[in-house]
Amino acid sequence: MAEPFREPPMWFHAPPRPTRVPMPPAEASRPAVDLVVDGKAVSVPAGATLLDACAKLGLDIPTICQHPNMTPVNVCRVCVVELEGARTLVPSCSRVAESGMKVSTNSDRVRASRRMVLELLASSVDLSTAPDIQRRCAEYGARPERHGSPEPASPEGERDQRVPGHHHLPEPGIARRVAQPVKIDNDLYVRDYSKCVLCYKCVQACGDEAQNTFAISVAGRGFDARISTENAVPLTDSACVYCGNCIGVCPTGALMFKSEHDMRQAGTWDESAQKQTDTICGYCGVGCTLTLHVQDNTIVKVTSPADREITHGNLCIKGRFGYQSVQNKA
Amino acid sequence: MGGGTNSYREIEETDVILLWGSNARETHPIFFHHLLKGVHNGARLFAVDPRRTSSVKWADTWVGLDVGTDIVVANAMGREIIARGWHDKRFIEHATSGFEDYRDAVEPFTLAEAQRLSGVPAAVIHDMAKAYATAKRAMICWTLGITEHHNGVDNVSSLINLALLTGHVGKYASGLNPLRGQNNVQGGGDMGALPDRFPGFQHVEVEAHRLKFEKAWNAPIPAKRGLNLTAMLEAMDHGELKALLVLGENPLQSEADRKHAEKVLGKLDFLVVQDLVLTPTAEMAHVVFPAAAGWCESEGTVTNSERRVQRVRRALQPPGEARDDGQILHDLAKAMGHDWGPFSAKAVWDELRSLSPVHQGMSYERLEAGGGLQWPCYDEAHPGEMFLHSRLWEVPLNGPRVAFQVVRHSPPVEPLTPEFPIRLTTGRRLDDYNTGVQTEGFASPLRRGETIDLSPEDAGALGLADGEVARVISPRGEIRAPVRLTRSLRPGLAFMTFHFQDSVNTNILTIDATDPRSGTAEFKACSIRVEKLNTAMLA
Repeated sequence: MAEPFREPPMWFHAPPRPTRVPMPPAEASRPAVDLVVDGKAVSVPAGATLLDACAKLGLDIPTICQHPNMTPVNVCRVCVVELEGARTLVPSCSRVAESGMKVSTNSDRVRASRRMVLELLASSVDLSTAPDIQRRCAEYGARPERHGSPEPASPEGERDQRVPGHHHLPEPGIARRVAQPVKIDNDLYVRDYSKCVLCYKCVQACGDEAQNTFAISVAGRGFDARISTENAVPLTDSACVYCGNCIGVCPTGALMFKSEHDMRQAGTWDESAQKQTDTICGYCGVGCTLTLHVQDNTIVKVTSPADREITHGNLCIKGRFGYQSVQNKA
Repeated sequence: MGGGTNSYREIEETDVILLWGSNARETHPIFFHHLLKGVHNGARLFAVDPRRTSSVKWADTWVGLDVGTDIVVANAMGREIIARGWHDKRFIEHATSGFEDYRDAVEPFTLAEAQRLSGVPAAVIHDMAKAYATAKRAMICWTLGITEHHNGVDNVSSLINLALLTGHVGKYASGLNPLRGQNNVQGGGDMGALPDRFPGFQHVEVEAHRLKFEKAWNAPIPAKRGLNLTAMLEAMDHGELKALLVLGENPLQSEADRKHAEKVLGKLDFLVVQDLVLTPTAEMAHVVFPAAAGWCESEGTVTNSERRVQRVRRALQPPGEARDDGQILHDLAKAMGHDWGPFSAKAVWDELRSLSPVHQGMSYERLEAGGGLQWPCYDEAHPGEMFLHSRLWEVPLNGPRVAFQVVRHSPPVEPLTPEFPIRLTTGRRLDDYNTGVQTEGFASPLRRGETIDLSPEDAGALGLADGEVARVISPRGEIRAPVRLTRSLRPGLAFMTFHFQDSVNTNILTIDATDPRSGTAEFKACSIRVEKLNTAMLA
């Protein structure tokens, strides 16, 4: 057995306050960059993006694949702006602001480009649980119906088998779609790739931008591109650890809590009757903020605010799904 | 004051991380996100763990020591650092005491001797010592792999010694960080749920503190510290402690050596349990108070591993007669003749602020506004301390010196013997939590029930196949569990969790050898043998 513990004298008294409040080393100040957006002068720190400059001016730029905590992947092209002197439109989410730039965010060319992007998405993807994108479609006058009548949904698993290199000639009057049956292979969340706009955010969240599990990636080419587990195996056979951080960043409802999916199927999902309350997870000692979405005194979904220093919007399986023990059975 | 010295964000900008006795990838997943940012930013990660866990897979170096040899490795690092002259002589001179005694105590721990005792190659210890000591910034993070030993306090001291030796404390992105296993372990200690402390770490045996609280509470307070959990169990056994109020604990299943726990709890004249569900401990109770869930049916605060106090809020109405823990205690006080007035979490908090200087600046309004505040936070203009002990770098030194603690190696209480030749260590998995009371209700696709995890080599020698149910025997008892083969274990090492005690009662096996200072049992080391079922029946 250990010897009797002799407490050092300071054990009985709190140490004195430090003279100065401890702070991180000061960051090197970034020089200001001056540019003109929509005729207005704006100044941002070096390294800021055009989207940051727009935000500073209060301009409402549509985005889909952009996320405040993630590296831009530039895939949706809906945030494009016109940069004087540039041959093509530039994605504002990733283009770094430079001194002297002259930018237009709402020119005819910009609007036409955004409309086309939204129209192609709306003609091929089910946006029924993506109200933000629907709103943008209305705002930009997208008319997806002009791309033809929707093609029938693919049979279960068929899109997962498509190999690169095959070119499918478009059929006149038929709008290609990613429609396919919902993948339900576990009790926690479902994957409805009929609703996937390929924004890559789930791949980033599963990968090195948050969870570092790498259970999913983009497979296929062109219109056959899709989010897939390795060899398209069910989630239960994949590397997935059910953190649900992919659900947290999905902008279209393609990835959805099974509880939400089932309630929508049953017609009982009612966001107007839901209350969101922030609290702290009851599991380990990290202290993650949970936003509990409660309907009829029952937790129907758990998220975390993206701006919290601890979680950055991410949780683990226990925090996101481990709430059944408090669901009232009485 | 006891608490993690740094904020999580600092690990993203440190240079060397020693993750010691922690499988944070599974037990603290969101902290591990911060740690991985550090790794992606170029930090070197040394993972010190007998098992090759999913955390270890991210490490530059796996330091696969034998269970219970942490002090050997830490002291050998200390010796190597001193021998090579990598220690921070100016810091030691400026802010510490007892260096000579420490130097003499670690002298026998040569790299060769450490390799012999711990199984870690000398070159690996040398490499870790060099990386840690010569880094500009370095952090040590640990969990129960350090503390759940009969000498857990010594284990912690051996790591603190390394930080003092190298000056890796009191600075941004350098420090010592225990990762707390439960959402308010830190807060419980901060609030004085310790046998020798008032809220804010004020010692009960310091008269000024005691007088302050006696005045505020208008009641006399015993001048000597109380009992920790281990001592309480002993007092129950001896019949000195006759009545027990248990709040949100399941000691029957969470204590090491279940048979012993059952025996001493059974000796009580009166057992009251306050819990969300009727745990096996509650089933033994004379009275059960149904409690509301702290994290979603109550108002209040919890404090995390980076000392951050954050608000918990009521999102659900508790079921039936369940009530807020604080309300129950208020009513209990009233029934015993003390009217504390109407219960409100905010009023309790404001009383705490008036008595605990380190919480003084944390008004409910400030806590509501953002992501919480870190103690110490002395007044309402104070932002809270991002990292602790910066006073140690002030010139002249602000306050007392910090003493090196001489610690000696003490192997696990239960040695391996020909009869019990395998070392069993216990821990947790990603999707389950402690005794499973809270997690058993959700349909985790990862859940595979309890298993006795063995190395393929051991299983092969015993003729056991993956999935086969085997007998697991320790000097205290015997259970049956399915075998799971895993390459994360070396021959001679077995692993179990304690998540599924209703089906497989791991704590029948574990040993009730506790550190008298922390009251924590040696869950990480007992001796077992594993047998094939049919062999046993033939015998």
